Amino acid sequence: MTQRVVIDPITRIEGHLRIEIDVNDQNVITDALSSGTMIRGLEQIMVGRDPRDAWAYLQRVCGVCTTTHSIASIRAVEDALNITIPKNANLIRDIISYTQYVHDHVVHFYHLHALDWVDIVSALSADPKETSEIAQSISSWPNSSPGYFADVQNRIKAFVESGQLGIFANAYWGHPAYKLPPAVNLMAVTHYLEALEWQKDIVKIHAILGGKNPHPHFVVGGVASPIDINSDNALNTEKLNHIQRIIKRAKDIVEKLYIPDLMAIASFYKDWNYGKGLGNYMTFGDYATPGKSVRDEDSYLVPRGAILNGDLSTVHEVNLRDPEHIQEYVDFTWLKYTDGQKGKHPWNGETTFDYTGPKPGYKELDKTKPYTWNKAPRWKGNSMEVGPLARILVSYAKGVPQVKELVNWATSQLNVPATALMSTLGRTAARGLETKLFVDRLQETYDALIANINAGDTVTFDNSKWDPKTWHASGKTLQGVGWTEASRGGLVHYIVIENEKIKNYQAVVPTTWNASPRDTSGVRGAYEEALVDTPMADPHQPLEVIRTIHSFDPCMACAVHVADTSKKEITQINVIR
Amino acid sequence: MKETFYEYVQKRGVSRADFLKFCTAITAIMGLETSFTPKVVNALETQERIPVIYKHFQECTGCSESFIRTAHPVVADVLLDMISLDYHDTLMAASGTQALEAAQRTKEQYKGKYILAIEGSIPTADGGIYSVVNGKTHLEIFREYEKDCMAIIAYGSCASFGNVQAAAPNPTGATPIYKLTNKPIINVPGCPPIAEVMAGVITHILTFGNLPELDIRKRPKAFYRHRIHDNCQRRAYFDAGLFVESFDDEGAKLGWCLYKMGCKGPVTYNSCSTMKWNESTCWPVESGNPCLGCSEDNFWDFGPFFTTHAQIPGTNIIFNPDKVGAAVVGAAVAGVGVHAAATVVNQKLKKSKNDSTIVRTEAKADENKEVSN
Repeated sequence: MTQRVVIDPITRIEGHLRIEIDVNDQNVITDALSSGTMIRGLEQIMVGRDPRDAWAYLQRVCGVCTTTHSIASIRAVEDALNITIPKNANLIRDIISYTQYVHDHVVHFYHLHALDWVDIVSALSADPKETSEIAQSISSWPNSSPGYFADVQNRIKAFVESGQLGIFANAYWGHPAYKLPPAVNLMAVTHYLEALEWQKDIVKIHAILGGKNPHPHFVVGGVASPIDINSDNALNTEKLNHIQRIIKRAKDIVEKLYIPDLMAIASFYKDWNYGKGLGNYMTFGDYATPGKSVRDEDSYLVPRGAILNGDLSTVHEVNLRDPEHIQEYVDFTWLKYTDGQKGKHPWNGETTFDYTGPKPGYKELDKTKPYTWNKAPRWKGNSMEVGPLARILVSYAKGVPQVKELVNWATSQLNVPATALMSTLGRTAARGLETKLFVDRLQETYDALIANINAGDTVTFDNSKWDPKTWHASGKTLQGVGWTEASRGGLVHYIVIENEKIKNYQAVVPTTWNASPRDTSGVRGAYEEALVDTPMADPHQPLEVIRTIHSFDPCMACAVHVADTSKKEITQINVIR
Repeated sequence: MKETFYEYVQKRGVSRADFLKFCTAITAIMGLETSFTPKVVNALETQERIPVIYKHFQECTGCSESFIRTAHPVVADVLLDMISLDYHDTLMAASGTQALEAAQRTKEQYKGKYILAIEGSIPTADGGIYSVVNGKTHLEIFREYEKDCMAIIAYGSCASFGNVQAAAPNPTGATPIYKLTNKPIINVPGCPPIAEVMAGVITHILTFGNLPELDIRKRPKAFYRHRIHDNCQRRAYFDAGLFVESFDDEGAKLGWCLYKMGCKGPVTYNSCSTMKWNESTCWPVESGNPCLGCSEDNFWDFGPFFTTHAQIPGTNIIFNPDKVGAAVVGAAVAGVGVHAAATVVNQKLKKSKNDSTIVRTEAKADENKEVSN
């Protein structure tokens, strides 16, 4: 007999996600349903506003990936207005993006995901000496003495004895799916605390270049921070030194803490090879050679492309403008298409509320009817996964040298084939590997900035199109598209500008792909598919489920930001490049 | 008897000297005279950890991200624990039933004694279907936890004022918390608020057992008493009539005033210019970016953000910065004069606006009670 288990809220994610699973007699998941249960309506709010302000509104889609929507938004506006930003602006924005990656991924690993693999209570019975030996054998990170680990262990002991367990209360401690020995658990818990302390540091780069974090500031046409090495009120040697110091520490954290911990933990979970999911992976591509524009697609660090059915021998071409490539379905979404069409390209997209779900107070959702606010985007009709694993696999398949090297190193360390990456653990590993890639790129980009300033270029802003009067002859419609590879996957924004105001705005977001419901043909989304066939020790202690869901790093506010209260609104967007 | 904060940090190896240093630091953070330090010390030595239930409604998690950036290293970690954080969607280990049970347990065990922290607004349109957790609307969840809480902290501009989702046309009926409750409430606006402000507010309650002194908009005076402009490092240039005319121009490099680039510092009440951001590293104006006014009610609808001559929200005053400094003699005096006038008018309008807000609040609260009953 099959039983339905509901997990709502899924915690340690951004936003509100509900997962329902069907579990058979053998405690194996036979079906799953992913439901985004919160919607705000930001795209509708954009209509009629100044396009130069759009980044700020769209930034508030998500405070975790706090820079990514702003970057996609200013790129869309600059595309529509045909603005070429200065080299320094490309460098500074990329420094902001790489900083975001390193922060986001490290925090995800230690604070949002680690407790799916690490048992805090088990750490209490660890021998700190043994922990010290393990720590010193895998990394040269200096905080590794037996006394240091003993201090942390005592802290945790005192915490547990206080009876007020706070955020660690009522969790899955002692669950049979936890496989780490006590000594490794203690090491991981210690590094949870160290990473928590450190994450405040790296975001200071955002503060220096954008004023604050979360939600640093951006400007269409470049960056607002001026460069003048002889001024006390601009980017000068002191501020640049500060950034360099932060990058150095970030590199240490990634190389001496994150990657060694990731590999150590992974080595104990090699046999837990569930969560492959769709086997279809897609990237939009980003990160041109330091200083080059996003339009320079040939020099991308992360290339664009799609892989189907786990076949790494072929990378398919992805076209963001082709209406046959990307379409969104709403068969299982609380939205409707008024013309009855099945799939719509975002250029011709529509988001009309049509709540047909059960009255609040419901216990279960019906998977044969609409069950989420999340649309079902498809590439050439295929349900796709986006994110770190897609980036690593597409880059690997396309032969990006740094990625090939990283993947070969990691798989030989763990003694597994590259295809083993197509799993829950592989998704988690891919996030770590690309963090190494991005922290190296962060340093290279900083070096390029210094070199460019040294060559006499201090320009950070292009003023030629700042005044709306310069945009177009009255009545003309301008359209643009802006994309980036965000922490959680490919992100693309579309904008239509008319009479100096936003006429239409549409965003297609990473978590919309991953948290997608079924489509017209009944094909599941990435979360749903990844859960099927996973065995559970106890369906009512759903550690295995949250482990796989967390491996995607959900960002639900991003996924279901769209809304439109007007009943017949049809968004039509065309892109000119 | 539960252990006190001092006992708690002692067990964790924090020395008496470090503990006293911490007390001095939070006394300063709370904007109190140093003579208050002994009271802080005494409170932390004798009070047990206050449980906090932190609920996320319509939000982006930016406030939680800010919260974990709280500075002052060693003790900041302790600070998170010193307030026994018994429910928090982004941080807690348990999910689903287990997570909700933890919150439920605290609610029952600490009836009338826990703090309810809220991040996000509550959508009230169409029966609340736009935001639901475990089958319940956010309004219903809020009512459940509001009933027995000691006080509410509305963290961030969403919970305080509705924020971006409440901008026109407010598709989901996003409503700030203060309009839905008669409980004691502290608004901590900002998109997000400064980390140390978030920590400082909760620390005040623990230390003194009462709410900090609030202004008419229910904001703690310690952090929202002054306009950003009042303590701005570029203020001298405003008074002298020296303005950035375009990003990256000579004035921008010299750190001149950003008012003509749309800076909302003159009409924004927050601590950014004194406390700065991310361990006092920088803040928007210092980095060359004009203030957006993100801690003000409905600032999203007072755009466009980069307008040259910002209209002062809530008034009909359009202050032309070119006129300040045009008169060579007494430029500074003129600046101050314009300010003083604007401030008085602004406050008057604010006051009357607030009076009506309160009336509306009560009406709305009754209305919503009916809905929830």
